[in-house]
Amino acid sequence: MIRVVLPAHLKTLVNATREIELDVAGVASQRSVVDALENRYPVLLGTIRDPTTKKRRPFIRFFACEEDISHDDPEAPLPDAVVSGVEPFFVIGAMAGG
Amino acid sequence: MSGVRVLVGTRKGAFVLRSDGLRKNWDVSGPFFGGWEMYHLKGSPVDPNRIYASQGTGWFGQLIQRSNDGGETWEPVGNQFNYDGVPGTHQWYDGTPHPWEFARVWHLEPSLSDPDAVLAGVEDAALFQSTDGGENWSELSGLRKQDSGASWQPGAGGMCLHSIIVSPKDPERIFVAISSAGAFRTDDGGKSWRPINKGLHSEGIPDGDAEVGHCVHHITMHPSKPDTLFMQKHWDVMRTDNAGDSWVEISGNLPTDFGFAIDVHAHEPETVYVVPIKSDSEHYPLDGQLRVYRSRSGGNEWEPLTKGLPQSNCYVDVLRDAMSVDSLDRCGLYFGTTGGQVYASNDEGDSWEAIVRDLPAVLSVEVQTLA
Repeated sequence: MIRVVLPAHLKTLVNATREIELDVAGVASQRSVVDALENRYPVLLGTIRDPTTKKRRPFIRFFACEEDISHDDPEAPLPDAVVSGVEPFFVIGAMAGG
Repeated sequence: MSGVRVLVGTRKGAFVLRSDGLRKNWDVSGPFFGGWEMYHLKGSPVDPNRIYASQGTGWFGQLIQRSNDGGETWEPVGNQFNYDGVPGTHQWYDGTPHPWEFARVWHLEPSLSDPDAVLAGVEDAALFQSTDGGENWSELSGLRKQDSGASWQPGAGGMCLHSIIVSPKDPERIFVAISSAGAFRTDDGGKSWRPINKGLHSEGIPDGDAEVGHCVHHITMHPSKPDTLFMQKHWDVMRTDNAGDSWVEISGNLPTDFGFAIDVHAHEPETVYVVPIKSDSEHYPLDGQLRVYRSRSGGNEWEPLTKGLPQSNCYVDVLRDAMSVDSLDRCGLYFGTTGGQVYASNDEGDSWEAIVRDLPAVLSVEVQTLA
């Protein structure tokens, strides 16, 4: 079971008030977690990554275990602590503003 | 009793303003989709409870929302806007070829006859259609693939298709306008297109009379005269009486002919409204005075309408899709500003009142006249 924390706007879209718990088939990676997210919540299609190329949107980041893993191989296994549910997988909207 | 519903898109959400036919007391609901940029909301002329809305942010991309109950509740529908085939390239700011890339939906134009049919004008400039209530979108790619497409180049605001008008006389005839490219027309339902910019003259492009490259800000039409269009160009207010085959300038005595918004009176096809803006380097009204100008003669002779509008220290802008008219017996006008005010007139523009004053910057205003 993977715990996923979404940014506020995406939580609103999926009517979630807190973190989401996902069962991910096979190796848990950035890609398979987002696959599972989009499968459960089709409204998220296109909001985290390009639906065709699967490329992460420019202002989206993935954090895990206090690390920015956005630039890791999307197919790479997530840290054990995320896979075991000890730590969440964070989808982050990059900070901006003024 | 008749009434109106004003759909307001802002930089940080959508708002719905409702009133009865008197248009004096208003109920304000929203924000819907708080924090999201709502570029445009528009209702179906056939089924006013069917409303489409463009929702997006730079972070999370584009969504399309649909309401079936007049804006009380919403549901997300399809948001896949894939260019037809290999998209190819247009000109980039530095003159190099740049691949067509979808950025956002600027304008939604519901069909005049089918509540499930809707057109979408997008950036990078292209026209999409849905025939299933917004669930699926396909490109009318004849527009982008016509001869000049590869030469289009974005302006500062992006290369957006922002105006869509379907002829009420002939549904196969559609007019569109694209920033920094110009106006285009199809007579076969979107299969083939041609530029309709003859008579436009623009400084700031190498050939001021070029067939394409003109920064058209908005076009509008009265349904009873489907061959007559009015245009607010970057500079110049224009009209055509032959469906765009040729245009003439009607700026006349306007104090400045730069601006974005333009609209036509609901019952008088020769009564036109614009909101002059000082210049393209100062996107605010002349002399700090917010004035709507009305021509009752189809252009050239314009009168300022100021009653109820701020006449000092006003430095807001009125964007291209932020003015609309209702079709009650005495035509009502509405416009929103980048300062968050939505002004309404229930007397054809003679006087104005602010319905709301402190919304986020207003991107679009559309009015529905309800039976």
